[in-house]
Amino acid sequence: MITTDICIIGAGPVGLFSVFEAGLLKMRCHLIDALPQIGGQLSEIYPQKPIYDIPGYPTIKAQELVDNLMLQIAPFNPSFTLGERVETIDKQEDGSMIVKTSDATEVHCQVVVIAGGLGCFEPRKPEIAGLEHFEGKGVAYMVKNPEKFRNKEIVIAGGGDSALDWTAYLADIAKTTTLIHRSDTFRGAPDSAEKVFALAEQGKINLILQSNVVSLNGNGHLKEVVVTGKDKNSYTVPSDYFIPLFGLSPKLGPIAEWGLNINKSAIEVNTLDYSTNVERIYAIGDINTYPGKLKLILTGFHEAAMMCQSAFKFVYPNQHLSFKYTTVNGVNAF
Amino acid sequence: MIQFTIEDRRGERQTLEIPEGIGLNLMEVLKASEYNILATCGGMALCATCHVEILDGGDSLTPVSDAELDILDTLPSATSCSRLACQLRVDETMLGTTFKIRGEEH
Repeated sequence: MITTDICIIGAGPVGLFSVFEAGLLKMRCHLIDALPQIGGQLSEIYPQKPIYDIPGYPTIKAQELVDNLMLQIAPFNPSFTLGERVETIDKQEDGSMIVKTSDATEVHCQVVVIAGGLGCFEPRKPEIAGLEHFEGKGVAYMVKNPEKFRNKEIVIAGGGDSALDWTAYLADIAKTTTLIHRSDTFRGAPDSAEKVFALAEQGKINLILQSNVVSLNGNGHLKEVVVTGKDKNSYTVPSDYFIPLFGLSPKLGPIAEWGLNINKSAIEVNTLDYSTNVERIYAIGDINTYPGKLKLILTGFHEAAMMCQSAFKFVYPNQHLSFKYTTVNGVNAF
Repeated sequence: MIQFTIEDRRGERQTLEIPEGIGLNLMEVLKASEYNILATCGGMALCATCHVEILDGGDSLTPVSDAELDILDTLPSATSCSRLACQLRVDETMLGTTFKIRGEEH
C-alpha cells in the first residue's frame, strides 16, 4: 500500500499544481490518472495547441505547460500511478481514506483531491448491435497484451493512427487481420496508412474500405462480425476478436458513485475551500461546479491553493497553519 | 434573425432564432440553448463531442476543413453529412438547415 498525505485523482495541470501548493505546506502527494501519461487533456487532446491565458506566459504550448509544472513540483517528489482508474474511496475509522484503483493499487491518505477534469478518458464505443454483450468475450477496446491475439482471427475497426498501427503490428501475430474503415482514405499518419495499404497488397491483411461493422454474432464468445458495404449488402467476417479503435472520450465513471453531490456531471463544492459534501474530499478544476464557475486552468490553480490551506488541518491536526510567501521562504524540497 | 432547426437525440425538433452578427459557433449556441453537449475541447475541433449531422439544407455552410475532417474520421458514427458544431459559425449560411445532435451526452 502506498502511503501519502494527499491522494490527487487526475494528473492534469490542476492536479499537478496542487502538488506545489501542498508541498509549500509540507504535505506529500500521490497522483493517480486513468491515462498512461501525465498532463490530462493538455497532453491527450491538444499538446501542441498554444494557450494564451496562463499568467506570465503570453503564449505557451499545452505540453510545455505540463512539462514546466513537472519541473515546478519536482522539489516535492510526488509519486504517480498512471493508466489506472480510481474505483473506490473507503473512509477509515480514524478519518483517513484508502483509494483503490482498477488494478488494485491502494493508496492510504488523509485527504482526497479530485482534479479529474472531464472524468476518465475511456474508449469511444461505436453503435454496433451486440457490442456490449461481447465485451470481454471477444470485444476489446485496446490492445493491452498483443500475445492474446496470436493465431487468432482479428477484426479491427477505425481509421486513425491506433487502428493503422495495431493492424500493422498484429499482421505478424494474428492468424488473420482485417481492418474495416468507413471511408476509402485514412487521415492518420501517411506513413502508417502506406504501410497498411502495402500489407493489404501483399495479402498479409484484409483491408475492407467504405464499410461498417453493423452487428456481432457468436454463441457465448464472438464468432463473426457483420459488415455492410457501400452497396448496403451485408456479409460476415470470421472473428475471434473485434477491436474497435475510435479514440478516447471522457466519462464521469465511478466518481458518480462516491456519495458526492453531482450536478450535470460536475461535483458541487463549497467555494470557501473547494470541499465537497464529504469531509476530506475536495474537488478542483473542471470537475467541480459552483455559482460563477469558470472552466479555466487559471481558476483551477486558484482552487488548488485554497484547497491546500483547508486540507492542512487534516494532515497536521495539531499544527497551526501560518501563511508564508515563496519570496520569503523559498521552496523547501523534501 | 437566423432560423434553423435542431433535432435532439430523442428526435424532438425545435427551431432556433438567433440574432445576426452574434459571433458564436453552433456548439456555443447549442450549449446556451440548454442542449446536452459535452464540447470537451471547448471548440478546437479536437474532441468531436459536438458532432452534428445535417439532415436537411446546409448547402451554403462553410466547407469542412482538413482539421475537422481528421477528427470526424475518428468517429464511428460519422456520415458524409457529419460536421462539428464548433466549426460552424452561426450566420446566414445556416438559414433553414436542420441539424441532428449526434455527439455524446454528459
